[in-house]
Amino acid sequence: MGVVQPLVDSPPADRADPVLEVRDLEVSFPSEDGRVRAVRGLSYRVGPGEVLGIVGESGSGKSVSSLAVMGLLPPQARVSGSIRYRGRELLGLSDRELSRTRGRQIAMVFQDPLSALTPVYTVGDQIAEALLVHAGRGLSRPAARARSVELLDLVGIPNAAAAVRSFPHEFSGGMRQRVVIAMAIANDPDLIIADEPTTALDVTVQAQVLEVLKTAQALTGAGIVLITHDLGVVAGMADRVLVMYAGRAVESGGVDEIFARPRMPYTLGLLGSIPRLDAAAGRPLVPIEGQPPSLVDLPPGCPFAPRCPLAVPACRDGEPELTPVGGDDNAGNHRGKHRAACIRSIELARTGVDPVAIYGAAPPPPSPVAAVPRERRVVALRVNGLVKEFPMTKGAVLRRRVGTVHAVDGVSFDVREGETLGLVGESGCGKSTTVLEILGLERPMAGTVEVLGTDVATLARADRTRIRRDLQVVFQDPMASLDPRLPIRDVLAEPMQIQGWSRDRIDARVPELMRLVGMAPAQAGRYPAEFSGGQRQRICIARALALDPKLLVLDEPVSALDVSIQAGVINLLERLKAELGLAYLFVAHDLSVVRHIADRVAVMYLGKIVEIGAVEQVFGAPQHPYTQALMSAIPVPDPAVERARQRILLRGDLPSPADPPSGCRFRTRCQRFAALDPEHRERCVDQEPPREPAGGGPNRAVDHEVACHYAEVVRVV
Amino acid sequence: MASELADVSGPRTTTVAPSPFPATAPEPERSVTRGRLVARRFRRNRLALVGLSVIVLLYAAAFLSPLFAPWIYTQFDYTAFLRPPSGSHWFGTSQIGQDVFAQTMRGLQKSLTIGLLVGVISTTIAAVVGATAGYFGGLTDRVLMWVVDLLLVLPAFLILAVASPALRGRSWLWLVVLLALFTWMITARILRGMTFSLRDREFVKAARFMGTPSWTIIRRHILPNMASLMIIDATVNVGQAILLEAGLSYFGFGVQSPDVSLGTLISDGSRASLTTPWLFGFSGGLLVVAVLAVNFVGDGLRDALDPSSRGGRRRERRVRRRGGATPAPARAGGTA
Repeated sequence: MGVVQPLVDSPPADRADPVLEVRDLEVSFPSEDGRVRAVRGLSYRVGPGEVLGIVGESGSGKSVSSLAVMGLLPPQARVSGSIRYRGRELLGLSDRELSRTRGRQIAMVFQDPLSALTPVYTVGDQIAEALLVHAGRGLSRPAARARSVELLDLVGIPNAAAAVRSFPHEFSGGMRQRVVIAMAIANDPDLIIADEPTTALDVTVQAQVLEVLKTAQALTGAGIVLITHDLGVVAGMADRVLVMYAGRAVESGGVDEIFARPRMPYTLGLLGSIPRLDAAAGRPLVPIEGQPPSLVDLPPGCPFAPRCPLAVPACRDGEPELTPVGGDDNAGNHRGKHRAACIRSIELARTGVDPVAIYGAAPPPPSPVAAVPRERRVVALRVNGLVKEFPMTKGAVLRRRVGTVHAVDGVSFDVREGETLGLVGESGCGKSTTVLEILGLERPMAGTVEVLGTDVATLARADRTRIRRDLQVVFQDPMASLDPRLPIRDVLAEPMQIQGWSRDRIDARVPELMRLVGMAPAQAGRYPAEFSGGQRQRICIARALALDPKLLVLDEPVSALDVSIQAGVINLLERLKAELGLAYLFVAHDLSVVRHIADRVAVMYLGKIVEIGAVEQVFGAPQHPYTQALMSAIPVPDPAVERARQRILLRGDLPSPADPPSGCRFRTRCQRFAALDPEHRERCVDQEPPREPAGGGPNRAVDHEVACHYAEVVRVV
Repeated sequence: MASELADVSGPRTTTVAPSPFPATAPEPERSVTRGRLVARRFRRNRLALVGLSVIVLLYAAAFLSPLFAPWIYTQFDYTAFLRPPSGSHWFGTSQIGQDVFAQTMRGLQKSLTIGLLVGVISTTIAAVVGATAGYFGGLTDRVLMWVVDLLLVLPAFLILAVASPALRGRSWLWLVVLLALFTWMITARILRGMTFSLRDREFVKAARFMGTPSWTIIRRHILPNMASLMIIDATVNVGQAILLEAGLSYFGFGVQSPDVSLGTLISDGSRASLTTPWLFGFSGGLLVVAVLAVNFVGDGLRDALDPSSRGGRRRERRVRRRGGATPAPARAGGTA
């Protein structure tokens, strides 16, 4: 259907003999509290050339089930059921026997490309090893080396002949993942298991890697099991989808069927919980309340029932089987039946599939501040020409400066009361450095930072403490930003103690804060480890709100959370903004989240803001080629849309900020630059494009600025 | 404009949120701070409480026994040389007729204090120096580590020899200070390394951006997160200090005859431990009991401070298991 299959003429996917057939797979691990039943009766099959997407939240058993297929589970795991590769039973084979299949017929692409490669061998040696191990004497060393050059070339590594001699640390994350894919396809496998292959990568790189994976599949004709939590990736890649929850498949079927007509409330909730790049403003996100159940002793009944808005008492009687649901026996649907494990799927079919209606999500209340025109609102934060450079030094005894990293190079923006500015860009673009500079409240190397009208360069110590009250921060990783040894009450009390609040005042404020972020005040006596990721992030937000700040710096606040939890935190942030009139500086790499939550957006590239403006403007009519590439790289969780989209693929990786390209910094990767003729290119090479109002100047009323000599609108969603 | 904005921001300290938890819900009168929580968790640990009471008992015995014991440690019984334990000499007598019970109790007074103080002082120095060096880095770090290296390189006895004229005739408590000064350096280096990694954690960053003063960050965030190591170090030091003190006494510092300590009793008695075991056995046994008790207390404290440890929640779990809510313990290992 949507798969690229130009080279291999593969038969339909539901052919009688699947490449991989998993039946009633059960995996359990011993733990302190009892046996963890990580996978409970999972069955699926993958045909040749078919892409099966397995989706689920962390802890749903999706990775464990694939490790079981590879025979890579630790020895204390207990595995039962059946895993057949081309009709041959893999379960129960010895490690030696499995090794013959592993790597040759079934290959795996792991999530973290850094730890999947051995740091002390060159990538060429590692690919050659993968070949030699399985080829035996049939392959000579030089032949293996020549083949590894071919393979690297195939996965799009520039100058492959030289790259084989590189070590993994010389490559960026995206390049390493390409090498891992090259190793996976080295022996022309029949099945590739990709476990979150792009989760650790930037979106632009993710788009590149997914493209490589598609090419690899086209060349080898292999079936792919794509494990991911990102429904957008699944929509673009998979033929069939399997949704997992609490160790079981809860829904399976063709990708279009699942996305258009989910018959299990969990799938519906997942679809409703992701912010979409193409969504209209004001569409609320659907949070799935509660948390996945503990897999140690599951209560009887549907494991999703406690979180399900459609649950009826009958749901708690027994766990529903995965059964075919009606309306999918239409001709032409050869992808296998649509199945769901839900006794309410018929009702779901009848009521229609609007997650907002079913989960009862309400749009955030309008903020009273929003009524005031932007120009008349107080400036919460103004950054003007901010510069931050780091010296690069060499030598241990005699340190000498060998260069300068231009991490932030003249960044200007402002955030006004009651608005959210989204700061987006790839990792390494300087957005975190910008945030740290603002939060440090020190005199910047160049430029100014003004917080609520006060220039931080002029601050005395007492003023700084006062400013800190109005400027608070929420970090990305809620586990790392809470002291594990401090009970929640003390965590929340900390900022207040610094401001010298009395014990009684703090004791009155703590329960208030807990309620503000939707948590029970009685939980304040617990330690952070006893909370889930989403709850911990709520605690971080509560701590940031303790002193009634005016400006909140949110550094990737939801990127470490599962989608269903993420929606709850985003909704909370929106509610708080409206209720308390807060201003947010929202740093993120996920443009869909920014699109959802931000009023204005600034796109950063290599220490500079290349495009800034109102969200509708920047997302609706992006002018800078980088913005367009970023947006085009974001997968949309809709198979039909995904298939129709044209991807702008950026070449290569982010250049080093120690040696940025002359003129326009983006030109080395720019698709528009590549299309220009030489005399027009000169301007990009020689002159740095200034940030100017978009649309040539006359239309000043529109809040949109872009830094490109050849800016033009390209529709990408 | 200003008034308009003031209206908008409104009375901000009040809860505006329609919360699922109504304000009328009964609340604890005072929220639980870390101190209370740690104390509560410590009290749940039975072994730690046993350890604590053993230490108290030992102290009580050491200081109260002169009131009822038949002999004083300075007395000589010329009718009983080197006698095994009996009704009048409960722990036997020494070569020159001293009562071993009186001596052991006298030694216990000194040694318990020396051991506990040295353990606490040396770990405190190590924590302060290590955390300061690690947290501030730069010049502070270099100077402090230079001092540490210097102390590590110089033999302890050399410093003692230099310092001894000044200390002669002073209180034996000076010995505690000296002993503590010899034992903190390696721990300080380890703690410095741990601080380095803690310093870059986000919760420390968060505290810094909140405007928390550096010393408060060290006290509230850095030190508690290294508490496990510090407690283990302190408990190990207790036993070590008691024995080290004997070595120093041999060189003429510290506890001098006729005064005794557990350390001197052990080192004197161990020479004839097979023929006259009572000279060595009781003091040695008490040392083991004391160190063990300190270890239990240390473990309890560590569990109480460490939220990931199960020590503080043990009872809760046991109750649940008894109720049959959890399934029978799983068979360990075994793949299908």
